Amino acid sequence: MYENSTNIPAVDVGALQGGVSSTATLDDEKIAIEVKNLDFYYGDSKALKGIDMVIPENRVTAFIGPSGCGKSTLLRCFNRMNDLIDDTRIEGEILLHGQNIYHKTVNVADLRRRVGMVFQKPNPFPKSIFENVAYGLRIQGINDRRRLAEVVERSLKGAALWDEVKDRLDDNALGLSGGQQQRLVIARAIAIEPEVLLLDEPASALDPISTLKLEELIYELKSSYTIIIVTHNMQQAARVSDYCTFLLMGELIEMANTNTLFTNPQQKQTEDYITGRYG
Amino acid sequence: MKGWFKSGSPWVWLSAAAVSVCILLVVALLGLIAARGLVFFWPKQVLQAHYQDPSGGSYRLIGEIQDAEEIPAGRLRESGIELPGDEDSYTRYLIKTGNRDTLGMDFRSVLPDFMEKVEYPAGLMVVERREWGNLYGYLKEVRENGQTVAQGDSAAAELQRRLERALELFGRIRHIEKDLIGSINYQLEQLRLEERRLDLGGDHDPASRAAIEARRKDLQDRYEELQKERNDLFPQLNRDSFTAEIMTGQLVEVPLAKVVRFYFPNAMGPLDKIGHYFGKLWEFVSDEPREANTEGGIFPAIFGTVMMVLLMSVLVTPCGVVAAVYLREYARQGLIVRLIRIAVNNLAGVPSIVYGVFGLGFFVYFLGGNIDALFYPEALPSPTFGTPGILWSSITLALLTLPVVIVATEEGLARVPRSIREGSLALGATKAETLWRTVLPMASPGMMTGLILAVARAAGEVAPLMLVGVVKLAPSLPLDGNPPFLHLDRKFMHLGFHIYDVGFQSPNVEAARPLVYATSLLLILVIVVLNLTAIRIRNHLREKYRSLES
Repeated sequence: MYENSTNIPAVDVGALQGGVSSTATLDDEKIAIEVKNLDFYYGDSKALKGIDMVIPENRVTAFIGPSGCGKSTLLRCFNRMNDLIDDTRIEGEILLHGQNIYHKTVNVADLRRRVGMVFQKPNPFPKSIFENVAYGLRIQGINDRRRLAEVVERSLKGAALWDEVKDRLDDNALGLSGGQQQRLVIARAIAIEPEVLLLDEPASALDPISTLKLEELIYELKSSYTIIIVTHNMQQAARVSDYCTFLLMGELIEMANTNTLFTNPQQKQTEDYITGRYG
Repeated sequence: MKGWFKSGSPWVWLSAAAVSVCILLVVALLGLIAARGLVFFWPKQVLQAHYQDPSGGSYRLIGEIQDAEEIPAGRLRESGIELPGDEDSYTRYLIKTGNRDTLGMDFRSVLPDFMEKVEYPAGLMVVERREWGNLYGYLKEVRENGQTVAQGDSAAAELQRRLERALELFGRIRHIEKDLIGSINYQLEQLRLEERRLDLGGDHDPASRAAIEARRKDLQDRYEELQKERNDLFPQLNRDSFTAEIMTGQLVEVPLAKVVRFYFPNAMGPLDKIGHYFGKLWEFVSDEPREANTEGGIFPAIFGTVMMVLLMSVLVTPCGVVAAVYLREYARQGLIVRLIRIAVNNLAGVPSIVYGVFGLGFFVYFLGGNIDALFYPEALPSPTFGTPGILWSSITLALLTLPVVIVATEEGLARVPRSIREGSLALGATKAETLWRTVLPMASPGMMTGLILAVARAAGEVAPLMLVGVVKLAPSLPLDGNPPFLHLDRKFMHLGFHIYDVGFQSPNVEAARPLVYATSLLLILVIVVLNLTAIRIRNHLREKYRSLES
């Protein structure tokens, strides 16, 4: 799609866009999430092996790695989406602002309100655009039409969709294009003002122009949310993320400032992957 | 040839042939029922002939040709009839002669070969009566209190004028008897029960007794008033009568109070006939039955069928949906759930009469009996719910159709994509909220499919209903103006049972046969209308909750 991946890191994207400096390290950041010795099993097979990492606050962290390396599984651990899959098991801890989200006393619905998620394929509900965005609020029992309208407008503006849909908020959301649907789903997620936003390959089903819009949006959202994005498009990771994590076979190989990771990988596997020697 | 086989066209042809056969059968079925049922209302010519009865005697014959069949000559000869020619078979007519009061029977079989001077005189009149079936004959006189007021050519117009008056009076009397007095009787019965309840409760409060007594007095006064009003109307109604000469030459006098309508079929033009046809058709769907269900309309049966089906839908949908939600969404998929599914599917295969027996034993006798003992002790020993009724019929049919609703709803739930559920859960919704707000609406077309199948099955079911609530003739509809308006304990009429009753239990089978076809046609129409309504709702829902193209 774009030029050869090895040429990408030559530009200091973060610095150019006024984000995190290319030389900043994780030690300089406030920490939002801490993962401690996380193991994850599908039945008997171990999908994540001893993951230890931190996610910096108000930054974009990208997970990269070949298919099946466990990046989506790891992402879904952050809002306990894996609970829905039968016969899975998790060991270790994930601390969100110091609180273990796998602790018995944690209410999963509350947790998911704090940790929003956007899926690979846009999944709007078969309802109107307005009701899609208002869904999370209605779940919380907010039914005041004026309050809802306010939040819907703010969220759609936040997701850079307002101008395109403001005249047809009552139309079915399924009538939107794929890119619009994906931004609608992001609006839906930020309407409940989560602390963390998880994006699971959000652009994989989109055309290049929609992808571009989405990436701009991620950049905008960074100031208010801690964002974790899973992608197997390395150019995308380089463009949007401040920090980058490389996973391979369920193990965390390397995590660093995106620029550092792409220009000066410390591990052999990372280098092999970003220069295109892995699938 | 081999290439032709390989191309697959034989299979295409075979499938097409199978489809054609099915369509032909459906068309033939509908065509036969429609033709036989709808022709019944068309005014037939009335013939007059001189009949030389082969078994002796000769007389004037007046009537409608109802049916014609070929009879082998041998059989006729065996029965002692001397046939003039030597054909192998002879046509035999079934002639409706009417006048059951004087002739003793409605129908007569005659051989047209022995009929002479067949003609269709314009003066022949057909009179539909409330009793004794049709009268065929010549109008002679119109009488008022026994005095002749019109005869000859002016008689028909006079009769029409006076019949309209009589019908109006009849309608008023009926309104008084059925609606007003019926309502008072109902209230008196309620009062009696209230009093009895006080007795049973050991309540000897004189004030409430006095109140009941006062209300009863009031009702009785009104009853007597109405009774008087009605009794005053009767002589007026019975004022007029007419005389007619029937086929035997006898003069018959008929009071107008007994007449529904009269017409001169041989003198009718096509427009008159069309008018008469639609009049009869309207009577059929909007009126109550007369003469042991062989005449008049079938409105109570239509009403009962539709109401029973609607009640059943209201009962079966929530039960089926809740069961399906549990099986699909909450129950841990394992051996027990598999066993339950097998059991549910097998329930669909249980013969319906078995459900009827179960309904009678469990719902009517056990549940109904206990309800009576607990809540209606004042009415005992006459049962309130401990007897077959529309409620038990609806519940029995709901049980019968539960499996289809469960299976269809489960399929609907399975079709809701996982991504939608995850989307909802990721927004902080609990599983129940996700189900209620997103999954169930999206599965609603599946539920409607189940309901459509359930309605189709329930509306045509007769066997279990005969045990749990259907009757030949229900005195009142299950929905009327007396509070609480909906009387779930009442028995009701049903089109399917009506067909059975008219066709097999009628004292006058020949007269009832066309009604069997007409009622069948109506039953099909009712089911089609119910189904089309449900299908429209389903398509609307499908459009609304069209799921993501995955």
